[in-house]
Amino acid sequence: MRYFLLFIALTNIHCSSSHDINDTLIFARGSDSIGLDPALETDGESFKVCDNIYETLVSYENENTNIIPKLAHSWDVSEDLLTWTFHLRTDVSFHDGTKFNSESMVFSLERQMDPNHPYKPSNGSYNYWRDMGMNEVIKEIVALNDSVIVFKLIRPDAPFLSNLAMNFCAAVSPTAIKKYRDDYFKNPVGTGPFFMSKWIRDERIVLERNENYWGPQPILRRIIFKPIHDSSLRFLELEKGSVHGIDNVDPEFFNRIKNNRELKLITQPGMNVGYLAMNMDRPPFDNLQVRLAINHAINRRALVDNFYNGMATVAKNPIPPTLWSYNDDIKGYPYDPQKARALLTEAGLENGFETELWAMPVPRPYMPQPEKIAQAIQADLLNVGIQAQIVRWEWGTYLEKVSRGEHPMALLGWTGDNGDPDNFLYVLLDKSSAIIPAQNIAFYRNNELHEILIKARTTFLRNERTKLYYDAQRIIFRDAPWVPLVHATQTAAFQKKVTGFQLHPTGTKWFHRVKMMNK
Amino acid sequence: MGISILVFSMLYFVPGDPAQIMLGERANAQAVAELREELALDQPFYVQFYRFFHNLASGDLGRSIRTHEKISVEIFQRLPATIELTLSSMLLATLLGITFGVFAAVHRGRYTDLISMMISTAGISLPIFWLALILILVFSIYIPIFPVSGRISSYVEVVPITYFYTIDTILMKNTHGFRDVIWHLILPSFALGTIPMAFIARMMRASMIEIFHEDFIRTAWAKGLRSRVVVLRHALRNAFIPTLTIIALEFGYLLGGAVITETIFSWPGIGRWLFLSVQARDLQAVQGGVLLIATIFVIINTFADILYAWLDPRIRYNT
Repeated sequence: MRYFLLFIALTNIHCSSSHDINDTLIFARGSDSIGLDPALETDGESFKVCDNIYETLVSYENENTNIIPKLAHSWDVSEDLLTWTFHLRTDVSFHDGTKFNSESMVFSLERQMDPNHPYKPSNGSYNYWRDMGMNEVIKEIVALNDSVIVFKLIRPDAPFLSNLAMNFCAAVSPTAIKKYRDDYFKNPVGTGPFFMSKWIRDERIVLERNENYWGPQPILRRIIFKPIHDSSLRFLELEKGSVHGIDNVDPEFFNRIKNNRELKLITQPGMNVGYLAMNMDRPPFDNLQVRLAINHAINRRALVDNFYNGMATVAKNPIPPTLWSYNDDIKGYPYDPQKARALLTEAGLENGFETELWAMPVPRPYMPQPEKIAQAIQADLLNVGIQAQIVRWEWGTYLEKVSRGEHPMALLGWTGDNGDPDNFLYVLLDKSSAIIPAQNIAFYRNNELHEILIKARTTFLRNERTKLYYDAQRIIFRDAPWVPLVHATQTAAFQKKVTGFQLHPTGTKWFHRVKMMNK
Repeated sequence: MGISILVFSMLYFVPGDPAQIMLGERANAQAVAELREELALDQPFYVQFYRFFHNLASGDLGRSIRTHEKISVEIFQRLPATIELTLSSMLLATLLGITFGVFAAVHRGRYTDLISMMISTAGISLPIFWLALILILVFSIYIPIFPVSGRISSYVEVVPITYFYTIDTILMKNTHGFRDVIWHLILPSFALGTIPMAFIARMMRASMIEIFHEDFIRTAWAKGLRSRVVVLRHALRNAFIPTLTIIALEFGYLLGGAVITETIFSWPGIGRWLFLSVQARDLQAVQGGVLLIATIFVIINTFADILYAWLDPRIRYNT
């Protein structure tokens, strides 16, 4: 009895200790950050933290991917679109006190541009700089004076400005880079509204308010990013009140959040697409009628309802509706098994055919349950006479094999990087991306589309580019190299007292406007 | 050495290119080739293997290609979490296992024996992931006594010195933090400790029953000693020797095998880190981790052998 009372006493002490500090927000996510050097990282969990530590020359509007000034207050472009001049803010300092100026901005970018840069780390690679083709676009970066920086380009490139808004182009403190070298990734120093004060691996990352921030002061004094791998546990921690916010909410908890007066669910259409690519280099997918038949055979609405709990939109274009230039005039191919059968008959395949349906072995942001989706598609195809055998490979092998075109049909997807349609259409469907190892895994090659996409890259005016991308989407719809399946919705859940948080289409998570109300 | 060669070869030859996995959907020809070169993955097997051993000989485990961090630092930061969890679960398992085992042996054939053995059978049979979730649901949600996950509450300040939080909080004279750490340890320790607890209980019961038939126990009873003295001083000490082997072995297994418990309770230990390293085909990290666990395993077993001699004067090691 004595021990029991002691136990209860200790229990009460523990429970009463779960106090809440109103200017500290605890945010739980699926895993820890890999590193906090924005130029090295490629994973979303690293960027979630970097978003609040670093800033770029230009940034996105709160709700969309329109570009607004940030560290540069304005910019000019030459008529030939080859010279971009940015005028920098003069009231900005890094967290370590180093003055932000054109020299530091040039340093931040040149360390990625120059393969022989003296401060190139030995323990990572500048993946985004390379993947976005920056060295094929930028000829030279010059600091004209303390507050003016000039980019000289090799060729006009319309998505260039959007690329500059991405994390990898953030300003980093040259002093810190020189001091920490290979260990900079865990000693980040930026100009953003928060600075990192502590990182205990797999345990917590603590950001503190930057009292010398040039912009409006953040309301929160401290943010703690806490990794909780299991999505159920993440939700239980939120429900219990030991964390204030979570992201990537498991759809099975949506109703519990709606029924809980203390919690709220935040959603935002994601900038992604999950698709089924048909390999046009392999018969019978070289036949338009077969591809159209498959488009009509798959019940995409059922996929959204059954595997996304409604938290996705049915796709009809390769780009998501959140992106400017989305062509809503395209009606999409409706679910119509009868029409699918008729099209197969027209193609001379009235008895159907046997094929393989490759499915990813791992959940992806655009497709959390790829195997179940593959099974549903398999059943839909069988309904029109197509016997598809599901094939799975280990993730690395899967990517390698589909890039070599070894698949007849394969599930895959894409999450947009910079909010520019070029980042979807050129990368995934242009003929130049269909060279092995390919990212255009439908091996779709259309010269007309190629010319439009190239023209859109070299056109600066937004409305002209919009028209070109409208045309591009019409051509892709007509040729049907894919079955565009879904655009998954991003989700986050917070305690009701947390206000000011907004999900951004790019997945960026800014906390500088977030505040916690007193109960 | 043998383990290193085995692990290195297995990871090298299984399908899946680390560069491809790291780049994901963005993997194009140029990117994969450049990344492979930067990570020295384009080097032949023997070159990579030689480099690993060369570095190892100079005390350098290299850097992880997944996290950029020095592998020695990764291990130093995570191993204490796993050791802390393993120690507390083994403590729990040993105490409960011996209690159940002795109790069942003394009351052999009675319903108390049956209940003790049912509990230990359940301990072996229940999958850890299920038990862990049930424990969380019952003792963290329905009856909110224990925390849901993690090693320490986020609002508790901790300065990792040794990375053993029980020690660090004492060093910081943070009694509230110390209590918080102990509270976080209880549920994962229980989940992780059920299987060893069951093994220990069954082993203890069997050994005790065997010892009860020995002459010296009969003599002890004949001398008129109290049953507590016979059971605890004479029988338990002798029955403990074979159980010690199980304890030492289980301790070694738990060090490397706590992946599920660490994942469910978001415990930042070495098991989950190793699991993620295997997934990313991070050869050097896996090598370092496995080498370390194997070394600890050997040390624990040697330690157990020495303990035998201390417990049983009949056992002596010839030099």
